[in-house]
Parts: sequence; structure tokens; C-alpha cells
Amino acid sequence: MSTATNKGRGSLMGGAPGGTPSAHTLLPSAEPVQLVDQDGQPTGDGRYPMPDGKRILGAYGRLVAGRRINDQANALVRQGRLAVYPSSHGQEACQVAAAVVLGGEDWLFPTYRDTVAVITRGVDPLEVLTLLRGDWHAGYDPYEHRVATQATPLATQLLHAVGVAHAAKLRGESTVVLAMCGDGATSEGDFHEALNFAAVFHVPVVFFIQNNEFAISVPLKNQSVAPSLAHKAIGYGMPGERVDGNDLAALLAVLGAAVDRARDGGGPSLVEAHTYRMQAHTNADDATRYRSAEDVERWVPRDPIVRMRSYLRALGLLTEEGERVLADEADAVAAAIRSGLNTEVDVNPAELFEYVYTEKTSQLREQAALLREELARDADAEAAGTDGSTGGDQR
Amino acid sequence: MTQTTLGAPAPGTAGSPGTGAGTAPRATTFAKALNAALADAMQADAAVLMFGEDVGTLGGVFRITDGLTARFGEERCFDTPLAEAGIMGMAVGMAMNGMKPVVEMQFDAFAYPAFEQVVSHVAKMPNRTKGKVRLPIVIRIPYAGGIGGVEHHCDSSEAYYAHTPGLTVLAPATVRDAYFMLREAIASPDPVVFLEPKKLYWSKEEVDLAELRRTFDDGQAPRRIGRAVVARPGTDATLISYGPSVPTALAAAAAAAEEGRSIEVIDLRSIVPFDDETVCASVRRTGRAVVVAEAPGFASVASEIVARVQERCFHSLAAPVLRVTGFDIPYPSPKLEHFYLPSVDRILDAVDALQWEDRP
Repeated sequence: MSTATNKGRGSLMGGAPGGTPSAHTLLPSAEPVQLVDQDGQPTGDGRYPMPDGKRILGAYGRLVAGRRINDQANALVRQGRLAVYPSSHGQEACQVAAAVVLGGEDWLFPTYRDTVAVITRGVDPLEVLTLLRGDWHAGYDPYEHRVATQATPLATQLLHAVGVAHAAKLRGESTVVLAMCGDGATSEGDFHEALNFAAVFHVPVVFFIQNNEFAISVPLKNQSVAPSLAHKAIGYGMPGERVDGNDLAALLAVLGAAVDRARDGGGPSLVEAHTYRMQAHTNADDATRYRSAEDVERWVPRDPIVRMRSYLRALGLLTEEGERVLADEADAVAAAIRSGLNTEVDVNPAELFEYVYTEKTSQLREQAALLREELARDADAEAAGTDGSTGGDQR
Repeated sequence: MTQTTLGAPAPGTAGSPGTGAGTAPRATTFAKALNAALADAMQADAAVLMFGEDVGTLGGVFRITDGLTARFGEERCFDTPLAEAGIMGMAVGMAMNGMKPVVEMQFDAFAYPAFEQVVSHVAKMPNRTKGKVRLPIVIRIPYAGGIGGVEHHCDSSEAYYAHTPGLTVLAPATVRDAYFMLREAIASPDPVVFLEPKKLYWSKEEVDLAELRRTFDDGQAPRRIGRAVVARPGTDATLISYGPSVPTALAAAAAAAEEGRSIEVIDLRSIVPFDDETVCASVRRTGRAVVVAEAPGFASVASEIVARVQERCFHSLAAPVLRVTGFDIPYPSPKLEHFYLPSVDRILDAVDALQWEDRP
């Protein structure tokens, strides 16, 4: 539990738009903002106001659902229904907060690990999981909920976020863009170019780093020796802030302040959430090679769900009955995912050529015809009762 | 064709700002035509933006964006921090959000830091999203050599882009095409890599820019994306070329004519999509072909053209299809580049090697 003494005012609170900021107002707090400790007790951290209990309760329900989505997706990988799943187990508070602090006109830019954030934003889980099932690269329409495609290359999407924000700003719209990345992505050149561009063009972007301490197997100390990742902000002239990434209340407060600041013309900011990846990078990864069970165990008591449950129960906002309702809702989401993914999807080979150019080139028309002929020949062979796929090239 | 090519770079001589509303044909440079195309596209569509390094106040190191900031304001033509991936990535986001960005990469080899954005996102985003996200971005790249530039200023990078599905890759060779192709590129819903041969920036043609503008705006200009053109008709052999090598190929054809050979010259204009029809029709007529390109020949666009012609025209060929390309070396320094670049003599030697003695 952190002490609440003399922490000063949060760097994202009421930043004045325009002008050259002084250095000390850009630096993150000496320790991450925490509003509710791991026992569920309010910390009295005065830097950010405690969000309204009902708002926390609403987000808590999404937290419960998020955990259930992670569990279900992991199970579906084991069953061979998903090709792979990068779990955000333990990071669900970051996932939920990133989605719920945004308004309908705002944009979310997620990474491959941010499936729960995308679903929390309102995208159909089955459409989100299209990528991980392997039907197509991106299964949802980014414009429907203003959620960009989940980015697999690191940090490249941060620049796209800057572009979306810049376009919105030029049109005089009040859109804010929240762009997510992990600790590993902060080493990429695109991370630095994105922060610099955002600051130079003074666009409304919140950069949100989920520092979960590992980039696949490489620990943070091999990634950066900065005092914190939030400290990187000052070099670009924007405020940085650190927040306990397993404290839903603190995340809502800090990210909310960053979004407000951006919407009010205060420009970009950088928020680093300190959290932990409780599971392996993906199901294909053996985490025991690079970290001990004791390391993971140390994070168990900091679980975002347990902590928020205690807090809400103590406030009387969450009852046993209420928990049952939330658990049932989470089960329903999981059941929908399960049944949806237990249905085989017909993939259409003709679609391979459909979305490369607006108008198919003559080369693509030829190749589409070639594939059609191959498929027709296979179908004929099947109809004739012969196996067209064996015996080598008979032509 | 009245085109002439000036050998030496002369930044700042590309013409005055504005669109040059000339009423009669007059000598217009390639650079001026590009400048007019940008201005006209920005005038026609408020979503068109131009940004990059030094494109604002300076008007671009080659003055292609001269006067655009003064005319359209800093929101429409602006300088960015010096970061090519940043320029490219920001363009992706702006295009996602309703804009039509035209970006300048300043020099061919300076574009490489942006390569991941181009390959992983610009080229793939429409496909990844089943066409939900279109990226109408134009990536302008002052390209190739022959201007006495020092290293990293003269690369022929077309094969990298041409190899990437999803990108349209264009290389104009005439002043008229420079105007029409840039307008067409900006109007395209697909991302376009627009390669501007630096050594042609100061070449001139008698054109009336106002007439070109009217022709384009009225929809009267024939399509150029995906369409090659016969730049010089001939009957004995075909030279297939694009961008900076087209004037050299034309000069070679003119020289061959003096020796009694009628050489056809194809200007591809559009590398992707590739116009098999025009190329193959010519080769089937002439029975002989040489591909002329400045880039290193190994695993190149020239290699691809040779392969396509052999696959499609084999029975019409009287000789193997040959290539005259740059050597497979990093682009040489200014005092050596004339040894490297495809020359009229090297092209004529290749034409001479087309097994003429076998002709019936």
C-alpha cells in the first residue's frame, strides 16, 4: 500500500493548453497513482479524484466478463478452435478502462493483446476473434465502433492514431484517440516518432502503455533503463503519468483525466500502467524458461478483480446477488463465443483476390481464374469418386 | 516527342508558384507539371493534403510543392518532423479518417525507414479489413539517378514496391504523363507509389497546363494507371522501358533508325498494374524485345517483364528477350554513374545481339 503524503497534483490534471510546458509539470509521479490498494481499501491518494462508485461498478462488470473471455479463449486454443490467443489475464483492468473512458466519437487503437478492450468497446467477440481463428486478418469493420484493427507489428499503430487525431482536429471534431501499446513497443522507432509527431502537431492522443514487464521473454530491464516508461514523455514535451495497472479506479481516473485533457485542447499525454502478464505471451510460449513461479505468485494478491470486488462490497455497491448476475452475464458472453467458434466457417477462396485493389488487375483476374479451375477440377474428381488430390501431378 | 533531358540538377528552376494558367502551349517542365497537378488536385478536393520534409516554406528540395502552402495554407501543405516512418504512419491514420494524403519522401533512399509502414500497413490495410478501410495515399518519391547526386540519393527502389501486393506503382516519363498520372494517382482509392525520375524534373514539353486540367476535370483524359503506351512505333524490335530510362530508349531507337532498324518503344508508365496486353501485342508484332531499366537487373522489374514476355510471346520470338539494366551494385558515385546507367550504346549493342541473322 502506498503512502498518500505530499504527492502533489497529478500531471494530467488541468494541463494548460498551448505554451511551452515547464519540465516539472510533465514528469510523472514518483510512484504510480493508486486509489484502491490490493486489499480493497481507498488509499487516500489525493492526486486524482475517486471515480463515482456506480461508474466503477459498471466497469467492474466488464472486468469480470474480461476475465471470462480470456479463460474461454485459452480453452478454445486448447481445443484447436483458435490458432493462438495472447491473453490479457491480470491486465483486464487496463483493458476495460481503456475502452470505457472513451466516448462514441473517439477512437481506440488496440494491439493484438487487447482483445478484451476491443470487446468491451462493443465489437462482436466473434468478429474480434476472426483474426485469431484464422478466417481473415481483421474480422470487424473499424468504423462501426471506431476501433482500429488489432495491430501485430509493434508501435506502428501509434502513428496511425496520430493521423486519425490530426485529421479529426483539422475538421474541428472533438475526437480523442487512445492508442495502446506494451512495454516492448516503447523501444521501437515508431513509438518515438508517434509521440514526437503528436506533440509537434498538438493532437488529442492518449498513449497508453501496459507495462506488463515482459516483451515475450525479455524483461523490462533489458528494454529500458529509464526511471519509468512514463518518463519518456518529457522528452517530447508532453506530460507522463504512472498508474497502478491493476487498480481499476485509478485507471479510470488517470485515463479519464488524460482523455479530458486531450478533448479540452491540452494535447497528447502518455500514461504507463504498471501491471503483469500472468500467463505466457501466447499459448505457444513457455514462460517457465524466463521467469519463476514465485515471480508470478507475487502478483496474485494484486489481482484487479479481487481488489475491486472487496472495495465495491465494502461500499455496499456490490452484493452477492449482484455478483451472481455479473457472473451469469460473463458466462453468457463466454457461451456465445464458445458456440460461435464451435461452428465451422466456410472460407471463400474467391475472396483471396477481392480486396487487394479496388479493381482487380488483369494479373489477379488470371490468378483467380486459375484457382477457380483448380477447384472445379477437384470438385469434378470428387464427384467422380476419385481422389484428385493424390498421385502427384498427373498432367 | 519534343522532350529533352537536361543533365544537371538545377533546384529552384522548376518554375513559379501556382498552376500556370497558360492559354497556349509553351515549354513546361516535368516539375512544373507535377506542381500544377498537386495544386489542381488540392483545389478540386479539400480532402487532399500534402506533407513531408521541407515541402512547406521551401516548396520541396525539388520545388515540386512550390507555392502550395502560400495558396492553400499550412493545414493543407505542411512540414513534418524529420521522420519518414512518422510521415507514412500519420498518412495511414489520416487516410483512415477521411483525408487523401500525398506525402513526399524527399529522396528514394530516404524512404526506407518508412518501408515497414508501406509494406505492413499501406499495402495491407484494405485487404486486412476486406475493403472496409481504403487508403487513398500517394507516396511521391523523387527517384533514380543521373543527376550527379551523392550516395543514398539515386536508388531505383521500384522492385521493392512492385513486389508488394496492394500497391500501385507508377513512373511517368513525359511532362504530360507527369500531370495526368499524378492527378489519377491522387484520385485513386488505392495507395500509389509515385516514382518521379529526378533526371526528368527539368525536361520540357510544349503543353498547355490549363488544357490538361480541363481534360482531366472533364474526365476526357485516357486512363494511365495500368496502361502502357507506344512512345515510338516500330516494326523490327521492341524496347520496353519506364520512367527515367524512356528518353534513353527513345534516343536509342532514333539512333537505330539511322542504321535502318525500326525500333518500337513502349513506355510502361504503370509498373503495377502491368499492361501485358500492350507489351505483348508489340513483341508479337516485332518478334524481338529488350527491356531497359536503370535498377540493378537481378530480381528486378526488368526480370519480371522478361519472364512475362517469354511466357506469353515465346512462339513469336526470334531471339531471347534481353535486358539492359544497371549493374548489380549499390548505386555508384557521381563520377562513376555514367558507367552504370543504361546508355544508348549499351541498348544498341543489345539490339544488335537479337539474332538478326536468323531472321527469315
